[in-house]
Amino acid sequence: MTRRLLPLFLLLLAAGLAPQVLPAFHVTLLNYIGLYSLVALGLVLMTGIAGMTSFGQAAFVGIGAYATAVLTTQYGLSPWLGLLAGLTITLVIATTLGLLTLRLAGHYLPIGTLAWGLALFYLFGNLPGLGGFGGIQNLPDIRILGWDIRNDADFTLVIAVALVVSIWLLDNLLHSRQGRAIRTLKESAGMAEAMGINTARSRLQVFIIAAVLASLSGWLYAHLQRVVNPTPFSVVMGIEYLFMIVLGGVASLWGALLGAALLTLIKQVLQDVLPQVFGHSDNFEMIFFGVLVILVLQYARGGLLPVLRACLPAPRPQPLPTAKAPALPKRPVPPRGAPLLEAEGLVKRFGGLVANKDMSLKVNGGEITALIGPNGAGKSTLFNLLSGVLAPNDGKITFLGQRIDGLSPRAIARLGVSRTFQHVRLLPEMSVLENVALGAHSRGKAGLLRSMLHLERGEEAALLTEATRQIERVGLADYLHTPAGSLPLGQQRIVEIARALCSDPLLVLLDEPAAGLRYGEKQALAQLLEQLRREGLGVLLVEHDMEFVMALSDHIVVMEFGQRLASGTPLEIQENPAVLAAYLGGIE
Amino acid sequence: MDTSILAFLAQDGLTTGAIYALVALALVLVFSVTRTILVCQGDFVTYSALTLATLQLGLVPGTVWLLMGCSIAACLLDCGCALKHRHWRQIPGLLVRYLSLPLVLCGVASYVDLATLPAALQIIMTLAIVTPLGPLLYRLVYQRVAETSVLLLLIISVAVHIALVGISLQMFGAEGVRTHALADTVLMLGDLPVGVQSLLVIASALVLIGLLYAFFGHTLYGKALRATALNRNGAQLVGIPTQLAGKSAFGLAAFIGAVSGVLIGPLTTLYYDSGFLISLKGFVAAIFGGLASYPLAAVSAFLVGVLESFANYGASAYKEVIVFTLVIPVLLWLSLKNPHIEEQH
Repeated sequence: MTRRLLPLFLLLLAAGLAPQVLPAFHVTLLNYIGLYSLVALGLVLMTGIAGMTSFGQAAFVGIGAYATAVLTTQYGLSPWLGLLAGLTITLVIATTLGLLTLRLAGHYLPIGTLAWGLALFYLFGNLPGLGGFGGIQNLPDIRILGWDIRNDADFTLVIAVALVVSIWLLDNLLHSRQGRAIRTLKESAGMAEAMGINTARSRLQVFIIAAVLASLSGWLYAHLQRVVNPTPFSVVMGIEYLFMIVLGGVASLWGALLGAALLTLIKQVLQDVLPQVFGHSDNFEMIFFGVLVILVLQYARGGLLPVLRACLPAPRPQPLPTAKAPALPKRPVPPRGAPLLEAEGLVKRFGGLVANKDMSLKVNGGEITALIGPNGAGKSTLFNLLSGVLAPNDGKITFLGQRIDGLSPRAIARLGVSRTFQHVRLLPEMSVLENVALGAHSRGKAGLLRSMLHLERGEEAALLTEATRQIERVGLADYLHTPAGSLPLGQQRIVEIARALCSDPLLVLLDEPAAGLRYGEKQALAQLLEQLRREGLGVLLVEHDMEFVMALSDHIVVMEFGQRLASGTPLEIQENPAVLAAYLGGIE
Repeated sequence: MDTSILAFLAQDGLTTGAIYALVALALVLVFSVTRTILVCQGDFVTYSALTLATLQLGLVPGTVWLLMGCSIAACLLDCGCALKHRHWRQIPGLLVRYLSLPLVLCGVASYVDLATLPAALQIIMTLAIVTPLGPLLYRLVYQRVAETSVLLLLIISVAVHIALVGISLQMFGAEGVRTHALADTVLMLGDLPVGVQSLLVIASALVLIGLLYAFFGHTLYGKALRATALNRNGAQLVGIPTQLAGKSAFGLAAFIGAVSGVLIGPLTTLYYDSGFLISLKGFVAAIFGGLASYPLAAVSAFLVGVLESFANYGASAYKEVIVFTLVIPVLLWLSLKNPHIEEQH
């Protein structure tokens, strides 16, 4: 707790003391660093952590600034109403832009942000009532409880408070259920959906948070400057915000502060020094920053903060919540042998290729069903149909009597179907515990605000306790805090199983769970699967290890050329002439 | 709005559209080979126009020194690599390859009266100065990070653009320039006056587009370049030198940019920082084509040009707003068409 709060207190203390000891000019610089940091914080969350690059943040700063400028100077309203209006307008515009542009794949999104960043900038300059490119002058002071926030020193404190509160909220968010969901957005959105996470909503939330922080910064900026004109809200400034986090550290909240400080200070130094060297300074700093960013990205891709951190001792892992957390509610398990999943007549075509042709399959509760077949038989396609990643061209799939074909992976996951992936999809830098806790996402309810305020600690403790329980169950208790990416591949597969179990599934779909495991690990896995069977869960596994499959399964389905070749008990399959022909070659 | 204004606006739009088409083409080209969105494509255009204008004034353009500096830096990098691997024999070759062209250009710039050179030689010299900047840029900036994500490459491109604009201001100053017209004849098509320069621009654009289309669709080398974009490792395994592919793409892009600059120079006043908006409008067009299709990008570039020209007439204050807002529905349509937001590495 203190480890997280101490830097924030120090920051606040420094902001209180700085105006007493520093010359006025340095205080002004500090204020700018603070204002830029606010915007950069949102950008770290959005770009560094959630993987959505935005060149348009400056436009949201502009919205915050112009809203208060217009309301206070032209309508004589209080700056607080200006803040409220600014945030409301930001919320509306960010939601609209978010709904429109966040669907954009990969590089289309940053280009989209560039486009609306430019469009908003030209609107600031041209909309009647906004003062054109000359801007709006004479903004009033902010007053709170009889305190006039007028001089730079006052602002230092106000900005520091805004900054500290923002960092606290964002840090809380990142260490919560919603934060884990946000961290999947960058590289593993597909996996996240399979865990029941609504990634589109998470994206929008992150986008709105970043916009609101920018707008807040704009409000403070407008009243600090008392003048608002379009220039500081141009795309060039939007690019500078991005440079800040690239320099400081894209993926860390403190990187935003470091980057904002670096950029502001270097700029200042350059503006002081260059005229003495070259006689003029115009735009030299642009060359400097351009080259600096290129070098940082070439040689220290994570920014400078990770480089500095590497010199410090590694942080201790966060202690587990020790309080006895209430167990999470569990789904009622249907009686053993009752049909869970039934697929009939499934057809999946990719252009001219028929990957699945009239494929049928049944999985019962309390049984292990294995799906085997040579490479290219269509097993993975079938898996994707069952888990909702692909929609079948024909046929139907029911789960507990309910049609699920055509549903999204998220909807299917929420019904109690959980899966692992053939190519392991873990977040390599997150701990095993956090990765597994992702599986429990849909068993929690805490929303964004409760997560930011850490009002959901009870639920969070329950989720983490459940994740710990599942990790212990699969035998990885020693690796709770190890980054998942540092485990050998076989153990990563086991982590995936723990993650799947964490969602309290009725049916688990395991894609080659034994691949890469050693003999002893395979036996442990077999024991685990037998335990799941005893608990009444249904298990469908794709596996190439015949010894493993034959010893474990109740029922085997053999696929070849996208069709069902045979099905039955392991004994029946071993004696089935068609299967023997497919696996061993026909007798001629 | 009568028909003569209409015709004038259309002609104006088609001419700027042709330039956007060339920019869009270069963007598609570089993107499809290196996955880089070349934000600085517009800077090649301004560098070229401003270089030509400086030559016409009889002065030595700063781009010559920039070329020299970049060549020396790239040469040092490559020599460093050669020394590390103890390939001593490569060094003389590297020196000749990197330094001969800039030295020749410096020599010409110092000893020849540039203003009296025939226009064709001035243009050739401009192309010779600007085109090599492309491959040099690839060597200095992108080669080291060629494997990273599209997003990182985009941020790097923006940084490159910012640096180039700063350098541009140092080299050319803040004043806008126009170059001498290549042809100032005006033809009369019925009642409609048509500038030969405009026709030249449109025709050159169309020819270049056709050539690129044929090159990428129908030659082995073009296909090799495309293969590099799809899968660098795979391309390397089948023997395509991917670094060379990157350099070629950047070289072609810089060449197209230089030609665009020569063409547009007499028609509009260009400033040191005009490249950004040119790039962005080229983008808009390239995006219409999904960053993949040359003909679609070209057609939409003409549309963007015409749209801008009419917006300029009808609502000049909002012309940028109109052009850029238009991108969003297009992007949206593209994303809906290919709805895979899956794992972008």
